Amino acid sequence: MIWNKEMECMSRNEMRDLQSERLKQLVNHVYTNVAFYRQRIDEMGIKPSDIHSIDDIVKLPFTYKTDLRDHYPFGLFAVPMKEIVRVHASSGTTGKPTTVGYTKKDIENWREVLARCLSMCGISSDDIMQVSYGYGLFTGGLGVHYGAETIGCSVIPISGGNTRRQLQLMSDFGSTVLACTPSYALHLADALAENGYSLADMKLKTGVFGAEPWTENMRLELEKKWGIKAFDIYGLSEIMGPGVANDCPAHAGLHVHEDHFFPEIVHPDTKMPVADGEEGELVFTTLTKEGIPLLRYNTRDLSTLNRSTCECGRTTVRMKKITGRSDDMLIIRGVNLFPSQIEHVLLEMGETSAHYMLYVDKVNNLDTLELQVELDEANMVDTIKDLQNLARKIEHALNSAVGLSVKVTLVEPKTIARSEGKAVRVVDKRKK
Amino acid sequence: MTIRQLSVFLENKTGHLNEILAVLAKNNINIVALTVADSSDYGILRAIVSDPEKALEALRAEHYTVRVHDILSLEMAAAPGSMSHILDLFTAADICIEYVYAFSFGSKSILMIRTDNLDKSIEVMKANELKSITEEEIK
Repeated sequence: MIWNKEMECMSRNEMRDLQSERLKQLVNHVYTNVAFYRQRIDEMGIKPSDIHSIDDIVKLPFTYKTDLRDHYPFGLFAVPMKEIVRVHASSGTTGKPTTVGYTKKDIENWREVLARCLSMCGISSDDIMQVSYGYGLFTGGLGVHYGAETIGCSVIPISGGNTRRQLQLMSDFGSTVLACTPSYALHLADALAENGYSLADMKLKTGVFGAEPWTENMRLELEKKWGIKAFDIYGLSEIMGPGVANDCPAHAGLHVHEDHFFPEIVHPDTKMPVADGEEGELVFTTLTKEGIPLLRYNTRDLSTLNRSTCECGRTTVRMKKITGRSDDMLIIRGVNLFPSQIEHVLLEMGETSAHYMLYVDKVNNLDTLELQVELDEANMVDTIKDLQNLARKIEHALNSAVGLSVKVTLVEPKTIARSEGKAVRVVDKRKK
Repeated sequence: MTIRQLSVFLENKTGHLNEILAVLAKNNINIVALTVADSSDYGILRAIVSDPEKALEALRAEHYTVRVHDILSLEMAAAPGSMSHILDLFTAADICIEYVYAFSFGSKSILMIRTDNLDKSIEVMKANELKSITEEEIK
């Protein structure tokens, strides 16, 4: 079902006109209300009145994750705090998180785009949806929750974790939709038998999976393991949270809700726009956002765009499923992690060298993280107990800083290869 | 009361202990006593050597994580019950033993003890006139 035919099936020309109007308003809004953007636009030697249509977007400055960090926590908000009704946060590149704020209208728009996404997956008020994304500062849980309520689903806000209870409620309540990360969906499928369940106990029909990059092969595997239809939901907290784009039953790219989020693809090095179909960094401009509107936010996700009409009838631009990034950000169990965050913690503690290596792997379909760090002479002790205490202390510090459990292994100096160019800090064994 | 012990961080890898021993051999350093503490991921090589400074320098040059620690050294009578007698004294003073190893040097029986309280341990040794051994005596 198409939730909002007017917007989702609009002609390309009408969409351009709408986007042009919205862009002009947006630029005025940020120029007037966000000191950071006023300065950046002035620096580029342009005025808001130079923006006549959506094509002029290329004249505008980019925004990066570091800009959000530099203006932590609320420096990029475009409205007074009294108009902000919700704050979410995700991990930043170093110690500080990236904070976003929503006005009432932003929350309304978020519900709207999620209603479109979920309808695209064939979900309706007849469904019982188990939301196993984490609830809290992470946008996943609450974002999907509001969208599911909007289309009238019976929502089970179980949040993430506790596999046994997930399966029990799925069976007892007869959940027909599961919303979680693809890796958790795979983990739950593999845990069926050992918890005494089989597919016959479940009424699951649809999966709405996202918050981490996953391949088409994994989508097919999940469909097979669960006997369901699996869909990819894309989003990021900086832009909105889940619901920026979603794939339809054609599975030929994810429809971007481009009346709210205008996508561009730029070359990773030159940052110049590339032609449709060419791969590059995915950039979004939040056309309607009030709380924290962003101009040309570079997601660092790699994708391509396709503006042809989809067989599902929607005319909205489609982005290719994300399978990689142009920076070193890792997504571990749905949590964003930059190696620089690890480095930051190690340097702050000062109890080991700063030479480390991160090993990411998948065990029973769950991401695991191991940190090998070189022990330096100043911290060498003569008992195993003290070495183990040191490792545990680093584990605690990392856990509280990045929100992930990390196994720490101490290694000898020079065991981690020194590289002459850019240091290799991560071995991701999940990649096949 | 104490002599210097080398503590070397040692990953669990085949042939690794021998690589360290080869460094010592190459530098003509004699090992008087040696013990390895092990865990699942790594171990600590503890050694009493003829020239701790030279050993430290040689191992550092090969990028090992190595440090020198002062460890209590006691000379025991070569008779049944002498070690037990010493440990009784530590227990009575509520001193916990982290690790211990013993070796013979010539006709001497030597006990190396690492406790949770070095100062208090030295007091116990003095009060009970326990005999210590110096680095010179075992060179």
